[in-house]
Amino acid sequence: MRVQLFGTCMVDSFFPEVGDATVRLLKHFGVEVVFPHGQTCCGQPAFNAGYRDEARGAAEHFLSVFTGDDPIVTPSGSCAAMVKHHYPGLFQGDSPLGEKARGAAARVFEMSQFLVQVLRAHERVFVGSGKITYHSSCHLTRTLGVREEPLLLISALSGAEFVPMPDATRCCGFGGMFMAKLPEISCALADEKADSIMATGADTVTGCDSACLMTIADGLKRRGSDVKVKHLVQLLAEGV
Amino acid sequence: MSEEQTSLNFRANSAASIADLSLRAAMKNATDTFGTRRTAAFSAIPDVEALRDKASAIRMSVLDNLPAYLEEFASNATSAGATVHRAHDAKSARELIGAILKERGVKMAAKGKSMVSEEIGLNAHLEAAGVEVVETDLGEYIIQLEGETPSHIIVPAIHKNRQQVGRLFADRLGVPYSEDPQVLTKVARKVMREKFLAADAGISGANFAIAESGSLVLFTNEGNGRMVTSVPPLHIAILSVEKILPKLDDLPTFIRLLPRSATGQAITSYLSLITGTRKEGEATGAQELHIVLLDNGRSEMLAGGSREMLKCIRCGACMNVCPVYRTVGGHAYGWTYPGPMGMVLTTLLTGMEKSYPLVDASTLCGACVDVCPVRIPLVELILKLRERRNKEGFSDVRERLGMRFLGYAVKNPAVFFWMERVSRLFWPLIQKISGKNVAGRLPDPSPRPFHRRMP
Repeated sequence: MRVQLFGTCMVDSFFPEVGDATVRLLKHFGVEVVFPHGQTCCGQPAFNAGYRDEARGAAEHFLSVFTGDDPIVTPSGSCAAMVKHHYPGLFQGDSPLGEKARGAAARVFEMSQFLVQVLRAHERVFVGSGKITYHSSCHLTRTLGVREEPLLLISALSGAEFVPMPDATRCCGFGGMFMAKLPEISCALADEKADSIMATGADTVTGCDSACLMTIADGLKRRGSDVKVKHLVQLLAEGV
Repeated sequence: MSEEQTSLNFRANSAASIADLSLRAAMKNATDTFGTRRTAAFSAIPDVEALRDKASAIRMSVLDNLPAYLEEFASNATSAGATVHRAHDAKSARELIGAILKERGVKMAAKGKSMVSEEIGLNAHLEAAGVEVVETDLGEYIIQLEGETPSHIIVPAIHKNRQQVGRLFADRLGVPYSEDPQVLTKVARKVMREKFLAADAGISGANFAIAESGSLVLFTNEGNGRMVTSVPPLHIAILSVEKILPKLDDLPTFIRLLPRSATGQAITSYLSLITGTRKEGEATGAQELHIVLLDNGRSEMLAGGSREMLKCIRCGACMNVCPVYRTVGGHAYGWTYPGPMGMVLTTLLTGMEKSYPLVDASTLCGACVDVCPVRIPLVELILKLRERRNKEGFSDVRERLGMRFLGYAVKNPAVFFWMERVSRLFWPLIQKISGKNVAGRLPDPSPRPFHRRMP
């Protein structure tokens, strides 16, 4: 099997280790990974801030880089949601780009979704340790509807104990431009999330979106917590 | 609204709320409670999703034929003995109600909870005209004593804890301090009983208006709503035009949805249907009933691209689950309606120039969409408003230029990666300029970006 990897701009700049782990994991399952060079950003920052033309430009570029029929896999719930749920609406339905957008929407997978639905990775055993809690990020959960897959993967980490977080689906406070425009609220939300995490007694918090995990790490830092923050693909890649 | 709209100061307002720890504790406590109760109430009934679909369809059908339904309602309410008025805006509604009270020499009006009356700033207008207005909903009474406006559309004093209410009652009513909610409720009830009996007029809102029968529907819990609408000889009801339901048969859907969404109750303590005035042989009911149908921007909304907002039945579920609302409370939004429904409605009703910072008051988490009983696509509406804000020139010029550049860079990988490299080089400076709460919260960019690691 062959997939196209969409690293995302967040991973490219700030969390390349998440990209490395994604590649390692896919290869472990015998998947050939193609990284289409020239990929940039899905356009979500512009889309969510109401800059539809700029978002359409980003989508157009994405569709010119990701061609063919292979599944597109990305370690980000919100970027996958952007491609799957918002790209088709950015173009005229009957235009060639509209058709391409629908095609991309049909073959894009968030990584945990791909691991469970296609590779059935949750039926394998990974080596894990410690107490793990999970943040169910908003676009992954509500827009993409990926609720069970990450939990199935966490339960495949043998040796690790899963402790559910209170209000796991409550927003971490990132919200894209929100964190820059209303930083006081954003920080308050991240702090509240940090409190929920610390209440579980977990030593590691995981999730499927680097931007949310970054916000959470910042909240935990302000609270003086030493809870580790790791993307789910990192936990899994460490356990193969 | 008796106070000036302060939506333009949303960020400063919210920062002040965040610093108010007792407000935040009260908000967290109350919204958590309502959220939990709501979930429990819905888990007890089957086919909730089908019920929401049905409610949404009924509300859409009202919006598709609103003028005809309003005619039908007005004609049937008139036949039942009511006088129906149409008010185009807040000012005309205030003046109309003021004139009705003045003509009849009303000195004191007992008032039931009504967000529409808050929207038009009714109390301040009537008081300036020499009418004593007494709020009889406990939460409304508390904030009236405090000189505040509601911070939640269902729970007006949600931002206050019982200690604050105890001190307020001791200060203003001269009663001994107590923080026992039962004692405080008794105090308020004693004050209000006297007011009800002395009032020459009752003023209320309405949750729905039934077109086929001309009836008003009120969901209440404290009994004050029934007193206000039936004890004084004159009853004035004010409601906004979109509150119509076509038929009595449509009501059960909303009886199942509204209390559950609002407070997690299977049904409110009181459910009143008021059809016209007191009839021959009836023991209760107002002898004179005036119904004021307020437009105040709704017709314009109906014609525009955000009409789905008019499906709203004012349950408040969206604010209880909104991470932003829970954190900053209702006053931060700076007008009558807070939370997700409020940020959309405020922008649409008061105009972008008075409210544009509100369109940023969402992380787009979508928790509101999950709970809306009539399936208002709040996230879509917020995105649309952001787009409109940008087009109408109310966004920050640096943001606009930044987005234009980003729009260019994402299409040109060489530029995009050059931008990445430049940010990496100047990262300490960027962190310094944007402040510790923005780029200061991001980690340092990696010296070796992911695309350079890939073959």
